[in-house]
Amino acid sequence: MGAIPDADAVGEVGNIQCGDALKLYLKIDKSEDRITDAKFETFGCGSAIASSSALTELIIGKTVDESLEVTNSVIAEYLDGLPEAKMHCSVMGRDALEKAVGNYRGEEVTDHEDDDGVIVCQCFGVTDNKIKREIRENNLTQIEQVTHYCKAGGGCTSCHQAIEELIEEVQGKQPARAPAPVKPKKLTNIQKMKLIQETIDREIRPALMQDGGDLDLVDIEGDRVLVSTRGMCAGCASAPITLKSFVEVKLREFVTPELVVEEVES
Amino acid sequence: MSRVVYVDNNATTRVAPEVIEAMMPYLTEYYGNPSSMHSFGGQVGDAVEKAREQVASLLGAQPTEIVFTSCGSESDNTAIRGSLLANKDKRHIITTHVEHPAVRSLCHSLGKQGYSVTELSVDSEGQLDLEELRQSIRTGTALISVMYANNETGVIFPVEEIGLIAKEYSIPFHCDAVQAVGKIPIDLMQLPIDFLAISGHKLHAPKGIGVLYIRRGSRLLPWLVGGHQERGRRGGTEAVPNIVAFGKACELAQQHIEEENIRVKAMRDRLEKGLLESTPDSRRNGIAENRLPNTSNISFEYIEGEAILLLLNEKGICASSGSACTSGSLEPSHVLRAMGVPYTAAHGSIRFSLSRYNTDEDIDCILKELPPIINRLREISPFGRTSQVPTPASY
Repeated sequence: MGAIPDADAVGEVGNIQCGDALKLYLKIDKSEDRITDAKFETFGCGSAIASSSALTELIIGKTVDESLEVTNSVIAEYLDGLPEAKMHCSVMGRDALEKAVGNYRGEEVTDHEDDDGVIVCQCFGVTDNKIKREIRENNLTQIEQVTHYCKAGGGCTSCHQAIEELIEEVQGKQPARAPAPVKPKKLTNIQKMKLIQETIDREIRPALMQDGGDLDLVDIEGDRVLVSTRGMCAGCASAPITLKSFVEVKLREFVTPELVVEEVES
Repeated sequence: MSRVVYVDNNATTRVAPEVIEAMMPYLTEYYGNPSSMHSFGGQVGDAVEKAREQVASLLGAQPTEIVFTSCGSESDNTAIRGSLLANKDKRHIITTHVEHPAVRSLCHSLGKQGYSVTELSVDSEGQLDLEELRQSIRTGTALISVMYANNETGVIFPVEEIGLIAKEYSIPFHCDAVQAVGKIPIDLMQLPIDFLAISGHKLHAPKGIGVLYIRRGSRLLPWLVGGHQERGRRGGTEAVPNIVAFGKACELAQQHIEEENIRVKAMRDRLEKGLLESTPDSRRNGIAENRLPNTSNISFEYIEGEAILLLLNEKGICASSGSACTSGSLEPSHVLRAMGVPYTAAHGSIRFSLSRYNTDEDIDCILKELPPIINRLREISPFGRTSQVPTPASY
């Protein structure tokens, strides 16, 4: 570990804000294109330091071309596996190696596939190309795995929808989703009446009361929910709209989608 | 096992030998149910009532105001959910950015269930602005929930002033005092607090026991509904051995509170001063005074906290960190970020939390072992040399 002052190639990835960073130094015998020495400087947790160390041990003695066969899974295997949540440490090792090789060959590091494309995860600055690559190479199917491999989606979570679309694009199928909340298949009448009353009390009345209105459940006939409005709602011109667009929507969401709300005189 | 230097007492504490001695008979011969009619169970009920008095005495409360729960998180949930249930028309909660997850996650979850939540900010020293609190109050404010002292930095909040403001607007005030109790004197006769949560394992009782203080006359509907135990405020057969243990631990805490504020504080100050002086680019997180006497949170810039912990662990030193790797997410400590601590420092933060079982030798050991660990990690850090590092943002 440490720096090589007269290194033939340097590859640097990560930054302090992300919580880990790796700077890889290579000495290369140009006649054979062979890596004769490799050292690293790492800012990060135990897994990041171990991944960096494993990387240097794996590539010393290899030709530059051979070294590129050291993928993140090779690094992880060399360490007898890494916890899922730490897989990004091994990915960081591979990325630093690729950047160092690019640097040695005189390729602009910004031409690197991963840096092209649109930033999807603003929190950790991860592009769509980078995410797609991790999905493809590591056969990822869930957002959580993507976060483990490249951190994308690990912050504010606002990019989860976009990541899901990328998974779909690469894997060509619907990603495994969290199961939808389980609703009882068929409610008995008693259960339905109870659930309707509960939903009105918990979800609907407090919101109406904020505007000075209120609502009573009068009767339930099959899927027809008969209610009467009170307070400011009674006689309000927009009450019918509120009943359809708010009360009915809530009841359909929490009870069953077949419900129809109707107003009756109390 | 080789020698362990345990300075992670804000995570959990050693069970006091006196506490084990006090609870043991209730694990062996006195196994009765306090609710039973027979005197075999009844004598166990007496032990529960004695423990209730011991807890009340430490807090300056009446025994009837003490409700035993299973942990600090349950106490927080009972207070917050229970008082909201008793006050259904109001749907606004005021809390802070730096609460323990027991309160913070609950408030976030309530935020998704139709409540609106205001989180008060803290300044760079971890302190609240009471003017912001006043301005956040609305007619629909149902509850104010602010911790007594922060678990990561030890910063103590002005709970008396907060309680007075809450009273002025007739808003119930819940205080998560899990980290404060036993470390600093708390007198609920003087403090305008309606609900107060505490936890046994933070003050040398076993895990699995908590207390919720409910001021007489406070409106609260039970959240854990069951039998008539705890005067109908929390169902479930009393965890008698744990309750007896908690009572004893409170009695001991009362005896040791002066020591905590003199001897433990002196050790903490020596540790903090020593580390800040011996390690360049290190900083204390949180205000110097007005802090729990046992807690010190120090950032070592340009290195990562989990790596420090692993090397400390090799030396038998147990501490904790606010780094992203140890927080269970990719973001570093929400407390330090709320204080505006730069990323360079937040990732390298270490919390030392002492107890009365620590010795001067423990402090010597940390002062000897830690600086070489910091140097070693900085040597391999790409940010470790001052010439390369960005100027730390002012805070």
